[in-house]
Amino acid sequence: MHVATAKTFTAQPTFRDPQWLRFALILIAVSFIVLFLCVPLILVLSEAFAKGWQAYANALSQPEAISAVKLTLLTALATVPLNTLFGLCAAWAITRFEFPGKSLLTTLIDLPFSVSPVISGLIFVLMFGAQGWFGEWLSAHDIKIIFAIPGIILATLFITFPFVARELIPLMQEMGSEEEEAALSLGAGAWTTFFKITLPNIKWGLLYGVLLCNARAMGEFGAVSVVSGHIRGLTNTLPLHIEVSYNEYDFVGAFASASILAGLAIVTLILKSFLEWKQSQNRV
Amino acid sequence: MSILLNNISKNFGQFAALYDINLEIPEGELVALLGPSGCGKTTLLRIIAGLENPDAGSVALNGKNITDQHVSNRGIGFVFQHYALFRHMTVFDNVAFGLRVKPKKQRPSEATIAKKVHALLDLVQLDWLHDRFPDQLSGGQRQRIALARALAVEPSVLLLDEPFGALDASVRKDLRLWLRHLHQELHVTSIFVTHDQEEAMEVASQVVVLNHGKIEQQGIPSEIYDHPQNAFVSKFIGQTNVFHVEKEDSQWLEHAGIVLDDPQGLIAHVRPHDIQIEKAQKPEESPIILKDWQHLGATIRLELSKVQSQANAANHIVYAQMPNEQFKNLNLNRGDHVLLQIKQAHWFN
Repeated sequence: MHVATAKTFTAQPTFRDPQWLRFALILIAVSFIVLFLCVPLILVLSEAFAKGWQAYANALSQPEAISAVKLTLLTALATVPLNTLFGLCAAWAITRFEFPGKSLLTTLIDLPFSVSPVISGLIFVLMFGAQGWFGEWLSAHDIKIIFAIPGIILATLFITFPFVARELIPLMQEMGSEEEEAALSLGAGAWTTFFKITLPNIKWGLLYGVLLCNARAMGEFGAVSVVSGHIRGLTNTLPLHIEVSYNEYDFVGAFASASILAGLAIVTLILKSFLEWKQSQNRV
Repeated sequence: MSILLNNISKNFGQFAALYDINLEIPEGELVALLGPSGCGKTTLLRIIAGLENPDAGSVALNGKNITDQHVSNRGIGFVFQHYALFRHMTVFDNVAFGLRVKPKKQRPSEATIAKKVHALLDLVQLDWLHDRFPDQLSGGQRQRIALARALAVEPSVLLLDEPFGALDASVRKDLRLWLRHLHQELHVTSIFVTHDQEEAMEVASQVVVLNHGKIEQQGIPSEIYDHPQNAFVSKFIGQTNVFHVEKEDSQWLEHAGIVLDDPQGLIAHVRPHDIQIEKAQKPEESPIILKDWQHLGATIRLELSKVQSQANAANHIVYAQMPNEQFKNLNLNRGDHVLLQIKQAHWFN
């Protein structure tokens, strides 16, 4: 794509931007990325290893750090499959059926993107907290949601539910329903049609959405911070653990944990570009 | 199998797509559903297929009511305008799909499937493409594969939704004839949707003309062409000149030998080839002149108009059509005065 554009531009020199402008724009873009992305990443790693490998390994093998990693994995494991299922259902409903309130549903799916995560967390506190709507009933039945793991999972579910649906809706709109109708007319049932026709066509987009959903589920801070209660070793996810360590001047501990999240981000980026490439291959 | 549609109605919101459709299609026919875009022809086809539910009415296949049967149980083959081939499967897998998704007990062995798929690909003359993917094929090839795929499950009825709509003009012509021959070979009851009257007349053994969700006329192509039941059919099928007795147009008819004392209607439709032309010896003999003409291959289309009077600048143009040879013999030039003779007119109100 870039090569093609460059070629058209050299073929028509009158349309070419002046040399200095191109140079300036590239310079601004590159220095911005270096300053705001690369330097912090290097800083995180250098701070994490400031006192050597041993300190880094120690910081990560503390029980609190291990429990934070475990809780983060558990949260992702609980929310990503649920939101994958929800995203598939929502995308299917929106792209394949006509029903009243369809555009409202499409807008509502975006809600977690437009609402501040802190507000999202507060909603759950208002609903399930001790003074909340269901508070009395919950405490009467000895069910703990706020300041416990269910609250963290609920808040993360809310924050991450748009990712899969948002990725699938345009993809399935573009695909149309003719292939599915063809499969049905050939005698295939609904499930066969889904697994043999729909899923192969949307799999790369679906994986891409799942990946983004996972990255957010592991990295979410605001909403989780409100509902978690910061109980060490119990309700601290990795991002919360980082904050606690940092506030206690445990820089190696904070940055060591941060390096895990940074590593996750890098892996996500690499997988993301791979999936984007696969998807573009699929469309050609 | 015969198809019987009873009082089918369908609305999309406020829009009435189909209004009380009754239609009988005998076994073995190749029927064209013909009409302008938005007339409901595709909706009707999709209702027969079960891809759309009628608001009222019933669909019967071979006397059996199948209105509530799911599309996958109807035993129909459906061919889409944009082919709808499975893009992630090879041509072979596409054609084999319908056989492979059959319930275990009815499913043939892989060897039988392979044999059948190759036979079908031979039938559409594309077996050499069996390991390609749909995006490696041309439009005409894709549509033939789509047809082979639909035929694989041995449907009792074959439904085609504008099957040639997305193809080049030359490919379309070839495929039309090919479809007609294929139908003569297989004799499966087939319905295809088209907005192209030429295509309907050329391919179909019966034509159903639809307009605004209603059936205007049903019959064999020659009957539809020679005996249009109303003004819409007459105008939609083939070319026609429209004359209004009440308007100034009546002068045309009088000049062309039609007696206006007792017409059978107020509007006369005249086919271009029903107008005979003779050269006037003197300009005073006729106020009609030859304005222009176009070669249409074997025939010539003549544009006729009245000598421009100052009063009405926008002059009515009448088309006549005749074989090349005849036109040459008349030895006409632009601006020559001509005498008309209308051989046949259809009258409507």
